[in-house]
Amino acid sequence: MGDMTSVIDAPSPSPLGEPAVDLRGNSRRRWRETRVKVVLLFSVGITLAISVAIIASLLGQSIDFINSIPLDNLWNFDQWAPRIGDFDIATLFVGSLLVTAIAMIIATPLGLGAAIYLSEYASPRVRRIFKPFLEVMAGIPSIVLGFFAIAWIGPEIVQKLFSDASAFSLAAAGIGVGLLVTPLVASVSEDALRAVPLSLREASYGLGARKLTTVTRIIFPAAISGVVAAMILGISRAIGETMIVTLAAGAYGEANFTTNPLDVGMTVTSGIATLASGTDQVAGGAGTAASSAYNSLFFLGLLLFIVTFLLNVVGESFVRRIRERY
Amino acid sequence: MSTPDIAISQRITTQRALRGRKVDPANIIFEIALILSLLTSLGFVILLLATVFSDGVGVFQERGFGFFTSNLSRIPEQAGIAQALFGSAALAVIVVLVAFPLGITTAVYLEEYAPDNKFMTLVRLNIRNLAGVPSVVYGLLGLAVFVKLLGTDMAGGTGITGGRTIISGGLTLSVLVLPIVVITSSEALRAVPASLREGAYGVGATKWEVTKKLVLPNALPGILTGTVLSLSRAIGETAPLILVGAFYGTFFTTGDTGTLGKFTTTYTALPQVIYQWATEAQSEFNVELTSAAICVLIGLTFVANIAAILLRNRYEKRW
Repeated sequence: MGDMTSVIDAPSPSPLGEPAVDLRGNSRRRWRETRVKVVLLFSVGITLAISVAIIASLLGQSIDFINSIPLDNLWNFDQWAPRIGDFDIATLFVGSLLVTAIAMIIATPLGLGAAIYLSEYASPRVRRIFKPFLEVMAGIPSIVLGFFAIAWIGPEIVQKLFSDASAFSLAAAGIGVGLLVTPLVASVSEDALRAVPLSLREASYGLGARKLTTVTRIIFPAAISGVVAAMILGISRAIGETMIVTLAAGAYGEANFTTNPLDVGMTVTSGIATLASGTDQVAGGAGTAASSAYNSLFFLGLLLFIVTFLLNVVGESFVRRIRERY
Repeated sequence: MSTPDIAISQRITTQRALRGRKVDPANIIFEIALILSLLTSLGFVILLLATVFSDGVGVFQERGFGFFTSNLSRIPEQAGIAQALFGSAALAVIVVLVAFPLGITTAVYLEEYAPDNKFMTLVRLNIRNLAGVPSVVYGLLGLAVFVKLLGTDMAGGTGITGGRTIISGGLTLSVLVLPIVVITSSEALRAVPASLREGAYGVGATKWEVTKKLVLPNALPGILTGTVLSLSRAIGETAPLILVGAFYGTFFTTGDTGTLGKFTTTYTALPQVIYQWATEAQSEFNVELTSAAICVLIGLTFVANIAAILLRNRYEKRW
């Protein structure tokens, strides 16, 4: 857009040598242009201010938190119980790791399979029916999937498969998160597969390759950076998902360290959500264990922000790579 | 029908002719596995909808409109979602009033006005990243800024937002959906061909005249689709509202205060009520109550989603 403005705005000398007519209109029109530009710039300023506010609010209280507790308290594989001053973030990290891993074990085959089918096998009519279905699935609020995880996934899948699983478990939460992430993985990888030019497929068929070979040896490797992007964005989404874990993983306010996905557990996100349910109590006086608990919310938020930010930057760069190649 | 579709059908015919009647088992197994993975995810969605509907439909049959018009209650037989519906509607109105104008004007600046320099590239990248920030982090932002900073004045009394009020909640959700509104609106603006703009500049229109009379009307369906989708996202969000203090107890005051008072006292929203009921869903009746509330929430978000998809298909222009 920039160069177009310069063409219009530049007062060019007339070829006849007469003084150039100012085509930019009267001063009222010009004044209105300036006004509009100021209003628009103001909006851009606000979106920038939001990023600054997020980082500032997270950073300030995280530093207070780090200063207020003994550091060996942060990593001792004991328990996360902020109200009594136990801040073992390893408990939450392992919880997040387990939930994310289970979610991706579910979402990768389901999402990728659906993407390959819709992009390579489905007739245009089948595609037109199923594509909106995936879009609707992506629109299901996470609280609804959370309820589904406690009402159905926990008792009907996890406890049927593993008789020693507890009613609420990290595994049930992980499966729920997997269903949430599936449409995202499907739509990003389908975009990547469809971006592979038709000529590649035709060349493969021309050499006598069958469909299976074409898809697995030609199309899939060509779209691999998009598929990787889909996985990374999926992981980022799974790490940040809150309500499914808060409802289905069972731990409330505090959790013991566990590496068993069939146990009750807690993730970084559900740690924030369940602790915040009582922030009025935890916000108490300055310098007490309660104020450390309140500040720990922001510390967890900062960790979450950094991890998802890095994953998103890497994921987006993979998406751009496939866009540039074809 | 677009050219790739024709190409694909031609390709399939050619392929068939070349293959003859030979059956390729590996190929078939692969295709079946792919179909199964698609059907599994669809199966879960259908199962979810069926479970929730069959558990919740009894409440609608027994209570009828009473479920929508009664307040939260300790007694399951009397509990309703009136306050939750009011809260969600008020939050949606705030999002429409705050996030939509801000988001659309930001998109207009970035697409139509912004100079092509490093700083603007950074701004665009920043907005894309904001869209990927987990919603619970926006809750922390709301807690620090809207509840604590703007919610208390210098003397320690209540400030502009009044602390844990519907205004703080609405502003938090607005900030949450703002990047999504910007991104979808930008895409809609970018889809308007440059030739249209050049034509208008050619007859002497100013930048704002071109934007207002040509670009915005042509991009409107796309912008509307994006805004409707982000509104449905806002209605379904739970985690940030927990942090900025949407109330989810079993007793409640909103119903007793005047219209203005409703914006400055405790509040709740539909997802919050579902959260509260779901954590208490031991008794059979609570499962039914939760399912009924979920039916209402899914109904609202589906209507929004389907409206957006229809809007897009109806007004989608091919230039």
